[in-house]
Amino acid sequence: MAETIVRMESVSKSYWRDQLEIPVLQDINLEIPEGEFLALMGPSGSGKSTLLNLMAGIDRPSTGSVKVAGAELANLGDSDLARWRSDSIGFIFQFYNLMPVLNAFENVELPLLLTKLSSSERRQQVETALSIVGLSDRMKHYPNQLSGGQEQRVAIARAVASDPTLILADEPTGDLDKQSAEDVLELLSRLNKEFGKTIIMVTHDPRAAESANLTHHLDKGELVTK
Amino acid sequence: MKLLKLLFRNSFRHPLRTVLTILGLAIAIMSFSVIRTAINAWYVGAEASSPNRLVTRNAVSLIFDMPLAYKERIANADGVTGISLAQWFGGIYVEPSNFFAQFAVEHDSYFDLYPEFLVPEDQMAAFMAERNAVLVGQKLADRFGWSVGDNVRLTGTIYPGDWDFVIRGIYTGKFETTDENTWFSRWDYLDERMRVETPGRAGRVGTYIIQIDDPSRAAEISQAVDAMFENSIAETLTETEEAFNLSFVAMGSQIVLGLQIVSAMVIGVVLLVLGNTMAMTARERVSEYAVMKSLGFQSYHLVGLIAGESMLIAIMGGALGLLISVPINGVLGVALSMMFPVVKMDALTFIMSAVISGGVGLIAAIFPTLKAVRTPIVEGLRIVD
Repeated sequence: MAETIVRMESVSKSYWRDQLEIPVLQDINLEIPEGEFLALMGPSGSGKSTLLNLMAGIDRPSTGSVKVAGAELANLGDSDLARWRSDSIGFIFQFYNLMPVLNAFENVELPLLLTKLSSSERRQQVETALSIVGLSDRMKHYPNQLSGGQEQRVAIARAVASDPTLILADEPTGDLDKQSAEDVLELLSRLNKEFGKTIIMVTHDPRAAESANLTHHLDKGELVTK
Repeated sequence: MKLLKLLFRNSFRHPLRTVLTILGLAIAIMSFSVIRTAINAWYVGAEASSPNRLVTRNAVSLIFDMPLAYKERIANADGVTGISLAQWFGGIYVEPSNFFAQFAVEHDSYFDLYPEFLVPEDQMAAFMAERNAVLVGQKLADRFGWSVGDNVRLTGTIYPGDWDFVIRGIYTGKFETTDENTWFSRWDYLDERMRVETPGRAGRVGTYIIQIDDPSRAAEISQAVDAMFENSIAETLTETEEAFNLSFVAMGSQIVLGLQIVSAMVIGVVLLVLGNTMAMTARERVSEYAVMKSLGFQSYHLVGLIAGESMLIAIMGGALGLLISVPINGVLGVALSMMFPVVKMDALTFIMSAVISGGVGLIAAIFPTLKAVRTPIVEGLRIVD
C-alpha cells in the first residue's frame, strides 16, 4: 500500500480584513497517498487554492497540522520551509509565471540553482525535463516567443526539473485554449503514470478533473466529498 | 546560468528607463565632481602656502598700509630669517575685465622668499636692472600673448595715471599649485613716482612677507612682531601665509557654501532618480519575486538581486559621470585658469563620487528590497502582470 504523502488534520484557515475574520477553510482532514493524481474541485472562493498553498508551504494554517512528504510544516521556520519547498515541491501556476528575461532553458534551470548540482548536471536535467514536455527544440526561446500552452509546458518542466516529491498545480489549464489544455493534462497524466509523480491539481473544470484518478470537492471551505 | 545573469538582464528589462536613469545619474555625478573640483580650486592657494612664511598687514584692514620703517624692526625680530614687502597695484590692462593680480614687490628680496617661482637667470638679472621691469606668470603671459621685451601699459586705479612697464621675465611654477597668473612689478618704481606725485603715499607697504626658520614658532613670532607695533598709528596683524590666504577664501565663503549645498542637493536628486526607478521595478516584479520564493529562493537571494541591480545601475551611472567629468573639468580648468592656479579633479573627489554612486545604489534598494522580502508569497502570486 502506498505511503501517505499529504496528511492534513483539523486544518482551518482564516484571513483577517481589518477587524473582520474571513474563514476560508474549516476543519479539513485529508490524506493523500503517494503516487496519486488528485483533482481538487469547487466553485470560486471555496478554498481550493488556499488548501494547495498550505500543502506547498507558502501559507500557514490558522489551526491544525499539515504534514507533507514527511515534514511537519508548522515546525519549519521560513528558511527551512524555503529549502523544503526547493527539495520537495514542484509548483505549476495558472498564468505560468515564467521569468520573462530568461529563455526556456534558463527558466527550467532556475530552481536547480538552489541545488548542489554542477553546471553539466543541471544542463542534463534541464534537457531531460524539456524533452519530457516536448520542448527540446524551444530551449532558447523566451516566454514571449512561446504560445500559452508552450509556456505552461515550460512551467511544468520547471516544476519537475528538480525531481520533487509532490507536484502542485493551481488551475494549470485555466488560461489555455482547449487543445493546449488537453496537451497539458495529458502531460500531467504521463508524469503521474510514467514517472510516478504525485500530483494535486486545483481546477474548476470537470473535464480537467477527469484526467485525475481521484477528485475531492470543496465548498465554502469544507471538504464535502471524497 | 547564474543569478548574476538574471540580475543583469533584469537591469536592462526596460532599456529606455535604465538608460535614462543611468544618464540621470551620470549627469548628477558629473555635476557633483565638477562642483567639488571648483570648491577645491578655492583652497589650492592656501594649500600652496609655505609654513616658513608669515604675512604682516595692517590690523585694521588690507586696504590700509604700513610704513616702510617697519621693515628693519621686523627683520631684527627673533626667529626672522628674511623679509620682503609687497603692495597691491590694482591697474587696468586695456579694459577692466582683463583682471589679474598685480603686486609691486621689493625686487631684490621677494623672490628669495618664493623659490617656487622659477625665473631664468638672465631674465631675473634683467628684472633687477630696470625699475619698470616686470615678471609675469606663464599662464598670464599666455592669456595676453605677452613675451619678454613687450611693453605693457597699465592704467592705475589705486595709483592714478598711466604706468609703462616692460616685461623682462616669465616665471613658471615649481609646483602644480604655484600660481602662474600673477604680475610682479618693482616696488621702488611705484615708490619713486609716489614721492614725486603724492609724497604722502610714498614709503608705504601693503604686506610684509617674513621668512622664519622654525614653523613651530610661527605663533610666537607673529605675536612678537605685532607687539612691536601695538598702540602705533598702524598696528599690525601677523599670521601664517596659509591663514592669510584662507582669509581670502573666507571672503568667498558664501559662494563655497552655496556650491556645497548644491552638491548635496545633487546627491539627493541622484537618490530620488534611482529610488524611483527601483521602486517602479520592485512594484512590477512582486509576482516574480513571489514565484522565486515559492521555488525555494530565500530572502537573501532577493536582497542580492534587487540591491545588485540597483548598485549595477548606480555604478554604471557613476562611472559614466566620472568619465564625462574628465573633459568637463578640463574645460572648467581652462575657463578658470586666470582665477585659480589648479582646477583639477583630485583623488578624493573621485573616491567620493564612486562611494556616493555605490551608496546611492544601496540606499535606493532598501525600500524595494523590504517590499519584496516582506510581501507574503500568496499575496505576491495574486498579482497578475
